[in-house]
Amino acid sequence: MVTGAVTPAIRITNISKFFGQLIAIDDVTIDIAAGEFLVIVGPSGCGKTTLLRILAGLEQPSVGAFKVTTPKGLGRPENAMVFQGDSLFPWMTVWDNTAYGLRMRRAPAAQIKEVVGHYLDRIGLTRFAKSYPHELSGGMRQRVSIARAFANDPEILLMDEPFSALDAQNKLLLQEELLHIWEEHKKTVVFITHSVDEAVILGDRIMIMTAQPGRVKMLLDVPFGRPRNVMELQREAKFGNLVHDIWMQLREEVDRARSQNEMNG
Amino acid sequence: MTEVVTAIPQAKTWTLNRRSRERIISFLSPVALLLLWEVLARVGILDTRFFPAPSQILSTLLTMMKSGELQDDTLISMTRLAVGFLVGGIPALIIGVVMGLNSTLRAMIDPLIAATYPIPKSSILPLALLVLGLGEASKIFMVAIGVFYPIAMNAMAGVREINKVYLDVGHNFKASRWDVFRTIALPGAMPMIMTGVKLGIGMGLVLIAIAEMVGAKSGLGYPLAPRNADAYAREVNNTTRIRQWDCV
Repeated sequence: MVTGAVTPAIRITNISKFFGQLIAIDDVTIDIAAGEFLVIVGPSGCGKTTLLRILAGLEQPSVGAFKVTTPKGLGRPENAMVFQGDSLFPWMTVWDNTAYGLRMRRAPAAQIKEVVGHYLDRIGLTRFAKSYPHELSGGMRQRVSIARAFANDPEILLMDEPFSALDAQNKLLLQEELLHIWEEHKKTVVFITHSVDEAVILGDRIMIMTAQPGRVKMLLDVPFGRPRNVMELQREAKFGNLVHDIWMQLREEVDRARSQNEMNG
Repeated sequence: MTEVVTAIPQAKTWTLNRRSRERIISFLSPVALLLLWEVLARVGILDTRFFPAPSQILSTLLTMMKSGELQDDTLISMTRLAVGFLVGGIPALIIGVVMGLNSTLRAMIDPLIAATYPIPKSSILPLALLVLGLGEASKIFMVAIGVFYPIAMNAMAGVREINKVYLDVGHNFKASRWDVFRTIALPGAMPMIMTGVKLGIGMGLVLIAIAEMVGAKSGLGYPLAPRNADAYAREVNNTTRIRQWDCV
């Protein structure tokens, strides 16, 4: 969590993004340490998804740059993204979806078999390897998306509100599962959410963004150790206080975003 | 209790009855039409030179099958249809999908397709016969051109309707252009492509029939067309055929 002398896994320098007249992201600079789980929260439309898409290589920043430190010669991909909502290919089985990244970089068949088997086992969907996404529940589908990203073994994982479409119970189970899988290798994660609870449950550090244009409003450390027990954590007074503090910060921005919308509308 | 028990089987037999009744109706209505036709032809209300009775058509069909002529013509037409389908369909599929993926190529090719699509395909037939001759090439060309448009246009529309997130996933996982084509665009657009294939086969059948009527010496469409007097005179002596109505 403390950066300093160690080379950060991701160094974002003065990134801005404009869509015509609209300033989506305004001068975001942050270092993310190797193995850090950074959660970004912000009101809708604050550019957090755009920032993630820039890191994923799906958009170009208008100004600024970012650098991901990758160990040389391992041939591992820089990032893998878990998309918001359904992003599994409906025409592929669970197994083929999970194997997609490895196949695209022409990994040897034996490696694909081992890695995909491992992650399907981790998410408890080995039985469904031959099923198609439409045969699964929303929670199961999102687990496969996560397995697909992890199986590709990237330097950094990017997650764009992966649980936002799930009901409360499923969300809790998946947060726990995500933490379990993540503990295995402790990859660097950038996770976007609009749920303050989720941010505190998952993150090492939380970045609060302002309403449009999206700037870094505040960075705070989450003082809870690992591994975390999600159920226990939520009962602690410190948890409630932190959620409250973040929510107070966020509330200003949500109110501001709302008044902006009313003015424009 | 008893009321409930009796109510359920009643409902079941009713749906079964309705279903089998509908099936019987679907079977009977064409039979009834054929019967009516037969009766009207025999009584003389229908001119049998134009509308020979179904029984007569059937006997001609059997004669043609015995001589092997019908099978030969069917095989010839189907071969032309199949070859033309591949010759027109494969480029259509590739061009359509690529147009769906790449907006520059779409801007380039779309106006060409939009401009040539409304041309009635049958009106190209004389040109096809002149350039490609009376052989197989002109028939295959006609089928190919009929198959091309529906498949290309549906493939393009199908690719454009693929949820963008799938292309993002491909991009994020560093899929090559070929991989995007193979693993995302093609399977994602497949339902629309299949619609295009169905329309294309329909169009191909129409065009092969026309091409064979006008410019061929074989195939299913060939015996349908009125011949010139010489050829007609020769054939009239041969046998009684569906072609009888040619003489008028």
